[in-house]
Amino acid sequence: MRSRLYPVFKYTVIALWACFVAGPFLWAMTTSFKNANAVQGGPTYVPWAQYEPTLTGWRNIFGGAGGVDVIEPFVNSAVVTVAASAISLALGSLAAYALSRYRFKLGFIKNGDIVFFFVSQRIMPPVVLVIPFFYLLQWGGLLDTIAGLVIVTVALLLPIAVWVMVDFFNGIPREIDEMAMLDGCPPFRTFVRAILPNSLPGLTVAAMFCAVFGWNDFFFAFRLTFTEVQTLPQAVVALNSSIPPWWTLSAAALFGVAPLVLLALWVERLLSKGNLSGAVR
Amino acid sequence: MDGLRRHKSMFLLPGLLTLFLIIIFPLLFTIRVSFSGWNVSNPQLDFIGGANYTAMLHDGRFWASITRLVLLAGGTVLIQYLIGFGMALLVWREVRGRRFWRVLFLVPMMTTPVVMAAIWQTIFHESLGPANDLLEVLGLTGIPWLTESGPALVALMTVEVWQWTPFMFLLLLAGLLSLPKEPFMAAAIDGAGTWRTFRKVTFPLMAPVSVAAVVIRLIEASKLSDSVYVLTSGGPGSSTETPGYYLYIQGLRDQQTGYSGAMSLTYLVLMIVTLTVVAALLTRAFKLKGDS
Repeated sequence: MRSRLYPVFKYTVIALWACFVAGPFLWAMTTSFKNANAVQGGPTYVPWAQYEPTLTGWRNIFGGAGGVDVIEPFVNSAVVTVAASAISLALGSLAAYALSRYRFKLGFIKNGDIVFFFVSQRIMPPVVLVIPFFYLLQWGGLLDTIAGLVIVTVALLLPIAVWVMVDFFNGIPREIDEMAMLDGCPPFRTFVRAILPNSLPGLTVAAMFCAVFGWNDFFFAFRLTFTEVQTLPQAVVALNSSIPPWWTLSAAALFGVAPLVLLALWVERLLSKGNLSGAVR
Repeated sequence: MDGLRRHKSMFLLPGLLTLFLIIIFPLLFTIRVSFSGWNVSNPQLDFIGGANYTAMLHDGRFWASITRLVLLAGGTVLIQYLIGFGMALLVWREVRGRRFWRVLFLVPMMTTPVVMAAIWQTIFHESLGPANDLLEVLGLTGIPWLTESGPALVALMTVEVWQWTPFMFLLLLAGLLSLPKEPFMAAAIDGAGTWRTFRKVTFPLMAPVSVAAVVIRLIEASKLSDSVYVLTSGGPGSSTETPGYYLYIQGLRDQQTGYSGAMSLTYLVLMIVTLTVVAALLTRAFKLKGDS
């Protein structure tokens, strides 16, 4: 049925899309090894043949003159992402376990409505939240601090954690809980000893989503931290001025997205095991 | 039994309380702000009635940004769905270097939107960027990508498609991989061709995942503002402003706090209504049960 031309068609399409996907990264890679001369001369792509590569951009992001220090923003981003993800996963999986195992009824509100209430937070445009957050953090003395940014990032991540984990817990057989309970295990210990160890795939997926959203947040960090705490997206955007220090910008950008690209490699492995298919349902 | 009841609340309460503090409080605060004349020169929570809402009704720039968002989000999500589904179908079955393609296709979704938007800005540079270079290689003339409204919208959509098609791809591929085998065998026995199998088997089976993916993407796309900020700053003029970006301009940059509160809430309500209707229509169109 399939013509002999089908493979040609298939690989052509895949290759074209691959070029489109990889293009910006290759462009950033070549640009990061340029200097003012190489950039002002117009677009070039092949180092040595078309331009002389230099390390100016990469030196600039590691404290070189006229550059920007990315180490501190990197550490800030990492601390905020890890802390907010951990809190969201802890609170989220507890809540998700309750929603998956017990039946709640508050008037007309049932389990599904509570899950929806969590998830509906994702509909909220950040701008609705950011002004109240500003005053909440100011009132708590947490404006422009890591702790403050962690708290607001939890607001972004908690719904994702609940959403992924409810689905996942629903797929874990109840017999596991019942056996632990029969052995005299109180509910909390059942959760920690019997359920969590069986939930690593789900927790991994939830952690992955949390890490991506936490690391990529710009808006909250931009409005709620200023001089004391700068995250990596802030540092990169600050470089994005009209006179192009493109080499520094590109180096900083590649440095900033590298952790998530490494995460993508690992996520693909999860995907091929089929673990994600349960989590997106 | 009483112990169990206490426990179940203990599990749920921490998360629920956190959510209340970070959602309900800001929402109530914004409602209150929207009825105040709070601005840069008068940071007061005075009550001025519905004046902000009246002003909003006459604010053409706000409504234009909403119309633009509907077109932008609708258009890009549709393109993302078509490409994402197409690529998922191509990579689903036998393909050489499958893992390599999958990793490559996933990467844009994982990268920071504002950071990649900054790279895209250099790509779209009129004389120094590769976008126009490519056009010239193809024998076309360069386009002033970011300084004219039409091309600027195309640039914005290109970045969105680049960034979020992988999300569609990921969800749809996961959906394809978890499909049961029997319907395909049955179709093969019936002698159904590729197109017919797709239309009668694959697509209907994929409808729940498709609807979920499209709705999730619409929700995220409706908040579009970060890449606008980096790529075009809403310009030229206000021709690429989205509500998210216009609200940022009004509320945070110009500190028309009360006014932006009123617009934020209106925008939120419009979004919830639109998304509910879209979700319901899609669900009905594909005859899905209420649970997806």
